[in-house]
Amino acid sequence: MFFSFAMRNLRRHWVRSGLSIIGIVIGVVAIASMGVMGNSINLLAANIITDVGDTVVVTPHTAIGGTFAGDPRTAVDAAIPAREVEEIQRAANPHRAISVLQGADEVEFGRGESGYAGIIGLAPDDIPLLLDLAEGQHLRQNQAGALVGIHLAREYGINPGSRIAIGGEDVRVAGVLAERGIGFDINPDYAIVVSDGWYESHFGTKDSYPLIIVRVGDVDEIDTVKEAIESRINRREEVVDVSDSREMLGQYEEIYDQITLFLLGIGGIALVIAAVNILNVMYISVTERIREIGVMRSIGALRREILLMFLYEAAILGLIGSILGGLLSTAFGYLISVAAIEVATAGTTFGEDFTVFDQSAVGFIIFGMVFGIATSIAAGFYPAWKASHLVPVDAMRQK
Amino acid sequence: MNGEPLLRFVDVSKVYPLPAGDVVALDHVSLTVEHGEFIAVMGPSGSGKSTLLNMMGCLDVPTRGKIYLSGQEISGMSDDDLTRLRRDHIGFIFQQFNLIPLLSAVENVEFPLVLKTGRTESRQRAVEVLRMMHLDDALFSHKPGELSGGEQQRVAIARALVNDPDLLLCDEPTGNLDTKTGMAIMEILATENREGKTIVMVTHDPGVAAYARRTIRIVDGRVA
Ligand SMILES: Nc1ncnc2c1ncn2[C@@H]1O[C@H](COP(=O)(O)OP(=O)(O)OP(=O)(O)O)[C@@H](O)[C@H]1O
Ligand SMILES: [Mg+2]
Repeated sequence: MFFSFAMRNLRRHWVRSGLSIIGIVIGVVAIASMGVMGNSINLLAANIITDVGDTVVVTPHTAIGGTFAGDPRTAVDAAIPAREVEEIQRAANPHRAISVLQGADEVEFGRGESGYAGIIGLAPDDIPLLLDLAEGQHLRQNQAGALVGIHLAREYGINPGSRIAIGGEDVRVAGVLAERGIGFDINPDYAIVVSDGWYESHFGTKDSYPLIIVRVGDVDEIDTVKEAIESRINRREEVVDVSDSREMLGQYEEIYDQITLFLLGIGGIALVIAAVNILNVMYISVTERIREIGVMRSIGALRREILLMFLYEAAILGLIGSILGGLLSTAFGYLISVAAIEVATAGTTFGEDFTVFDQSAVGFIIFGMVFGIATSIAAGFYPAWKASHLVPVDAMRQK
Repeated sequence: MNGEPLLRFVDVSKVYPLPAGDVVALDHVSLTVEHGEFIAVMGPSGSGKSTLLNMMGCLDVPTRGKIYLSGQEISGMSDDDLTRLRRDHIGFIFQQFNLIPLLSAVENVEFPLVLKTGRTESRQRAVEVLRMMHLDDALFSHKPGELSGGEQQRVAIARALVNDPDLLLCDEPTGNLDTKTGMAIMEILATENREGKTIVMVTHDPGVAAYARRTIRIVDGRVA
């Protein structure tokens, strides 16, 4: 009976009920879609950043700065002499130390189009260890061929078999590399990979390398390898910086976690506003019916029955608001995420088969809905409790 | 029932503290109401009649003094017990009717019965009592706002009677009724009294007071 009573009261004040439902919807949508968005960003980040959890990167020791390729403080033209590279190889044993040559040159892509691009020289044996192919074939030993990064290939319509010219020297494209994303060692998506032999014959022999990558099969062995290299090479003076991808990945994750936290914060504020709104609505609803409550009490309604009636009202509002909010935030969260991903992955292939909704996105929506209902009931509780504890006559005398 | 009177007031005072000075609505009132009595409470406007009636119905708490209901002091009873007492044993007819605006006439009458039994199919009894009050069947589904003062009065009386209370407290039960309907209502109350209900009734009308077998006069919050 108290339930149908609550329903009738809500319908009687349908404008006010509608407004408070809107308030709840906004709160639920805010928290749920912020959560979904943050989650999507994290998913995307995990997708974009190459999973190189098993990589140790050795670079020349720089005066200041980090070690990953994107750090401007590290972008100095320095290299590790071949002598040290051999030492590193020995220290890393049995893991493979891959020496990387890096430079840049003007590249002609045919049809009169040309521009500078990064050139990466690797031993043909090492290439399959680091890079995957989208199409075509890997380089063979002593073959004058090139592997082209996917964005470069897309931009200029390059396929296996195409011919390009690097610094005026004609090269056949053997394959197109699969997208790798932001890596901590090399970033071949916009570059061209050639064999070390070709690189040296083209740029001249330098006998030194700007970057050594050690693929450690087992993540647990990373520290052992790092220590081995440090103790062998940096014994007398700091010659190289040794870092591993876990640290760098951690830095990225920290940034994304902060973004998620920030978004959840915004959602939380919206929800607090929604809660205050519900409290306000319930308060008005109770206050203007104090007289009625007094009458009910004087003809035999128990305190808990009055309380129950108002809690039903709050719960119904909360339930309707939360269901609508849940549906809307599913739609909003999806649209916003899709838009965000489109922006974040513009010019890459990552957005193409990326799904924004996973379990934790659904979790955020459910969380938002539960929070909406709980907040509504909590907000309804205080005014209802207060009203039910008035002396009946005092309640009836209110106007 | 034990030998105790139904109601006993011992030195009951009610003071409303107001910024302009305290208002003494009841001033050391002592009285008893025995089972089966039919009492009229009379007195000038503002003398404290409604306040007295509210105290009798456990709707208000005295500032001083003690009220005993069948020998039990009500300040020692829990709110739930007092509420059930009102629900099951006391019928109230308020000066301003105090119907619930959301509910139709028949639902208003049904309400205390539903509270008591917890069941929603109490329509039959409600209709029966409303017919006793000579309310036109066509008005049963009307909301209080769509009824005249006299019609609301009759719905209010029906609501007070629906749980067949032992004690009926009426604040000007005929105040809004024409003489003929008023007399019809008084006949009903007199019948209820003969069948065992105790009735305390506030009225200004000596003709109505004549139905009662005892009259309590209140002047300035005191029993005169
Ligand atoms: N809540 C209140 N606050 C302050 N004063 C009050 C309150 N209720 C009643 N009073 C005062 O107490 C006195 C008695 O009021 P009460 O309603 O009992 O009078 P009454 O005899 O029923 O009058 P009437 O015949 O007009 O209904 C009045 O002076 C009134 O102003
Ligand atoms: Mg009065």
